Amino acid sequence: MPSGPNREKARIVIAGINHNTAPLELREKLSFSNGETVEAILELKSMVEIREVIIISTCNRMEVMMTADDPDKAVARFKAYLSSTRSMPPADFEGALYIHKDDEAVSHIFKVAASLDSMIVGEPQILGQLKQAYQSAVGAKGTGVILNRVMHKAFFTAKCIRSETGIGSRAVSISYAAVELAKKIFGRLNEKTILLIGAGEMAELAVAHLIHNHADGRRYIANRTFATGEALARRFNGQAIRFEEIEDTLVSADIIISSTGAPGFIINAKKIKPVMRARRNRPLFFIDIAVPRDIDPGINRIDNAYVYDIDDLNGVIDENMDARHKESIKAERIIDQAVIRFRQWYDGLDIVPTVKALHDRLSFIADAEIKRTLPGLDKFSETDALALKRMTEAMIKKFLHHPTLFLKNTGSHTDKALYLDITRRLFHLEPDE
Amino acid sequence: MTTNTLLIPALMLYLAGSAGYVLFFLVQKESWYRAGFISVLAGFLFHTCAIGYKYAHGGRLPVANLHETILFAAWILAGFFILIRYRGRVKILGVFAVPLVALMTGAAILLPDTIVNLKTPFNSIWLFIHIILIFTGEAALALACGTAILYLIQERAIKTKSNRFFFKRLPSLEMLDSTGYAFIVGGFTALTIGLISGFVYARQAWGHFWSWDPKEVWSGISWLIYAALLHERIVAGWRGRRAAILAIAGFIILVFTFLGVSLFLGGHHYEFTRW
Repeated sequence: MPSGPNREKARIVIAGINHNTAPLELREKLSFSNGETVEAILELKSMVEIREVIIISTCNRMEVMMTADDPDKAVARFKAYLSSTRSMPPADFEGALYIHKDDEAVSHIFKVAASLDSMIVGEPQILGQLKQAYQSAVGAKGTGVILNRVMHKAFFTAKCIRSETGIGSRAVSISYAAVELAKKIFGRLNEKTILLIGAGEMAELAVAHLIHNHADGRRYIANRTFATGEALARRFNGQAIRFEEIEDTLVSADIIISSTGAPGFIINAKKIKPVMRARRNRPLFFIDIAVPRDIDPGINRIDNAYVYDIDDLNGVIDENMDARHKESIKAERIIDQAVIRFRQWYDGLDIVPTVKALHDRLSFIADAEIKRTLPGLDKFSETDALALKRMTEAMIKKFLHHPTLFLKNTGSHTDKALYLDITRRLFHLEPDE
Repeated sequence: MTTNTLLIPALMLYLAGSAGYVLFFLVQKESWYRAGFISVLAGFLFHTCAIGYKYAHGGRLPVANLHETILFAAWILAGFFILIRYRGRVKILGVFAVPLVALMTGAAILLPDTIVNLKTPFNSIWLFIHIILIFTGEAALALACGTAILYLIQERAIKTKSNRFFFKRLPSLEMLDSTGYAFIVGGFTALTIGLISGFVYARQAWGHFWSWDPKEVWSGISWLIYAALLHERIVAGWRGRRAAILAIAGFIILVFTFLGVSLFLGGHHYEFTRW
């Protein structure tokens, strides 16, 4: 961004914390509720140092984006506000606070919108949260020409990235991988019966994730300790069964998640063959999260039965991680281009380039019209043409005299960027629109 | 005008359609799928004109020599593929069906369109039904075979846990299995009615329902394979890999019945596949 002495345009600055810089405890303390957001925007907007303001607060991040003549002063004001409303000395959160200015700030917000800065890269909720934050800011009249543009471009770029790269389409956790596989086997998970053997965080997460993906059939929970099984059954709205009943349940179950501490296999291949006959060969999918394994890998050789153990699932995840990394390189390239385009617009948002663009536009139109008209006139000499050219030049200058004066003196209380932006749009001076 | 004036653009469009579907398979972009389908649609239009032209000239269904028979079979297959596209969930099937249509159209262009004087009467409604239904049944069973091949590839990918290339690009096993089953039910029904109308026609034309003609025998064998497949599925719940293998085997026998019997074994269908 230009940094000459005559710069009158507001600069963009972001100050914030996220899951990488601050622990949950601090994030909780610094977060804003919906009501607090509006209140804070009104308060911050009333300060002379701050021109525009948006506050983004989710469980993983809290950021404020502002435009200001002097970004450092604006950030200092924000810190003071934060410190007084949370009754915390600034020293308690300053270490976690990152500050981005100008291009860097634009690039950062584009990345946040595209979910490149998320804890789980590619998770889709952030875009919705950002839109909500923007709406609150617009509602509280916190935004102006520059931040409106930044946010619209952030949403647009995020959409481009979602449709042009594979970000967000790949599983990167055990439970995601299990759901992905189950979908490739069963198509839809509706009415699929789940059998959970044993307990454990990962296994329970996988069950929860399957249910979240519409696996709405019956749920059975088998546990050595029946009481534990019953507690889990209540949680998943299922039915606790005894270990001895597993074999019979296999006839109706479709997805089996096993995670016990047993030293040997709990389900052997020999037992599965009659089960498959009784199931009329409907597919059976075993997810074996236990180490050592619970499910005999020989079952995978039986038709319509599929066994994935923890290593197999990790293999799926690793490949997805690799692919996601490649996709995020693609996404960063899209963001770089978007930042450059934004910067072109921003640079144009000054009096000199706007007046020049305006002049060029009018000259272009006048020249084109002269070129079209001249061949039709026969008694026109070279000097006549020159005179005509000079005449149009003079007209353009006179046309532009008052608009130029107006743009130079819009008054100290008004937002110059607004008039410049309107002028550019009125005369269609944007190269990319 | 020769029909090739219409068939060469049809072939070109089918080839473009094949490319579209292959690209859709590789890069998974919806636009390639749409482009592929539009090409096939345009190719089918030319193809239909060619068939209509032949029908108008000959006053009968164009199935009097190998050129015509293959051309007609390709036309039915393309038509069937377009028709089911609106109901079909397995978009990727075009990767199999469209190149097959292109191959058949190409083969038909290369084969000579010999003029034949048919001995058999051609103006029976039973023969008309017979031809249309047999070809429609074969088209459905061809797609069943394609679906079965895709099933086997996807099943391998899931079992071996290594082939992520196909895993990501192919639909779920359940979808492939149920789609293949639907094709077999439809194809088998059409085949059955087609065979019955053939018998009725044979009775009218030659005086007896069944004459141990090689094509009749092989048609019977194909029919039995599909009957067995359906029976096992309904009674014993046969599905998945074994059902897929049988669907492929059934189609191979069917292709042999369609081409091989006439070429190698002769019989009263011989004149329809002469070249």
